[in-house]
Amino acid sequence: MSFYNLSSTSSGDLAAIAQITRDAGVNLDDCYQCGKCSAGCPLSDEMDLYPRKVIRMLQLGQVSAVLKSRAPWVCATCMTCTARCPQQIDIDSLMLSVRHAAKRAGLRPVREADIFDDLFMAGVRRYGKSNEALLAARFNLSSGHLFQDVLNAPKMAKRGMIGPSLHKVKDRAAMRRLFGRALRTTEGEKGDGI
Amino acid sequence: MRYAYFPGCSAASTGISFTLSASYVAKRIGLELVEMPDWCCCGTSAALVTSRDLAHALPARSLALAEQAGLDLDVVTPCAGCFSSLKRTVHYARQSDKNRHRLEEIIELPYAATADVMSLLEVMARPEAMEPLAAAITKSLNGLRVASYYGCALVRPQEVTCFDDPEDPQSMDSLMELAGAEPVRWAFKTECCGASHQISEPHGARRLIARVFENAAANGAEAIAVACPLCMLNLDMREAGINESRAVPFDIPVFYFTELLGLAMGGSARRLGIDRHFWPTGKAVRKALAPPPEPSPDNHSTSELPQEVTVA
Repeated sequence: MSFYNLSSTSSGDLAAIAQITRDAGVNLDDCYQCGKCSAGCPLSDEMDLYPRKVIRMLQLGQVSAVLKSRAPWVCATCMTCTARCPQQIDIDSLMLSVRHAAKRAGLRPVREADIFDDLFMAGVRRYGKSNEALLAARFNLSSGHLFQDVLNAPKMAKRGMIGPSLHKVKDRAAMRRLFGRALRTTEGEKGDGI
Repeated sequence: MRYAYFPGCSAASTGISFTLSASYVAKRIGLELVEMPDWCCCGTSAALVTSRDLAHALPARSLALAEQAGLDLDVVTPCAGCFSSLKRTVHYARQSDKNRHRLEEIIELPYAATADVMSLLEVMARPEAMEPLAAAITKSLNGLRVASYYGCALVRPQEVTCFDDPEDPQSMDSLMELAGAEPVRWAFKTECCGASHQISEPHGARRLIARVFENAAANGAEAIAVACPLCMLNLDMREAGINESRAVPFDIPVFYFTELLGLAMGGSARRLGIDRHFWPTGKAVRKALAPPPEPSPDNHSTSELPQEVTVA
């Protein structure tokens, strides 16, 4: 049983929660805490807060604990929670919005997930296509997990699954412009739906 | 049958066997795939966790370039991840003109969102493909017990994917049945393989793969069929590693559904890319291709193997 000090919730916390739910297209009041999201989540045993509890804490205004949680970073966006929610709450989208808010606040509760996704996007920004071997190598160097999967590399090379050449788009400058504009667009002027 | 083709980044690398087997099957059934001009990475979940605008803009650029080139065709992609990203973008763009204009501004291209997006599995499970498939299938897969594994991205969320049942999909099972395999009824058809978490968070994610194999084994599967290059890599490449900590190892080869269709059409294991797998496929392929038993009462000569098949 956990206890939360509800009197510590500030209007700033409530504003932060309002932005998260607006970005996610979710109404927290729809959730009556049945727990189906957490029961079906394949990664819940890796989460410090089950999806149900993420929603409950946001309902209670406890945004700072949620922003520090590993849960949205452990989420694999498999969308099982969203598919099964009897209230049609887009929990998957809520997890994404919490992660976006945490990142904006300079938090990264699961370092490896942050490194992997940033490196993935850096590669796409540069080449326009994802080059899996380069991504895996850069991930190992940046994360410090130097020898992860290295024994698979020669096997993959032998099977023609990885090679020395890089896949690229022709118009690489267009990719850089696209990334610049997509990441510059500010919060609060989102389109309709998600 | 003519479609614009979005290969995805894995098509020429980790998903090479999907490309080989899909193009073999496509050619045999008259499915024409026209590669989209200068397509870029769909962004997959890495773009989604970075920014929603980015996750919509990356597919929108490829789709808009196809429109600009006058490629007035619906889009097909073999990869479940690409399918999810592209389909989500079309859904978003069609929700309102405001959304569409927002994307046009980011990608600096007009984008009308006229083309629909489908996965290769969906296209092949349509009646107009099932008919030529049935005609091209010359060998029965001998009742090989195949567990069709759909994963997440093809079936969820259903209001976006508009494809099959999110809990108990049937399209791949139907194709396997058409090829003479016996579809396995099992509970993990749409469970998650862990996707890129197998790299970024292997400690927690490995057990997701183990559970898929465990449920397939518990239901007597002799093979698993997949429709996603990342599901394939996670299952096939990591089966040996998972077995290291198991008293009773799994022994279930993993195939792209197109590889099994190709085998049933008489394609060789090498041509279909089956010789590039990590986990040995020989036993399943031999069973699938064994000549049917003679209808004589004295029947004990069914173990002879076709000589032209060489497998890992």
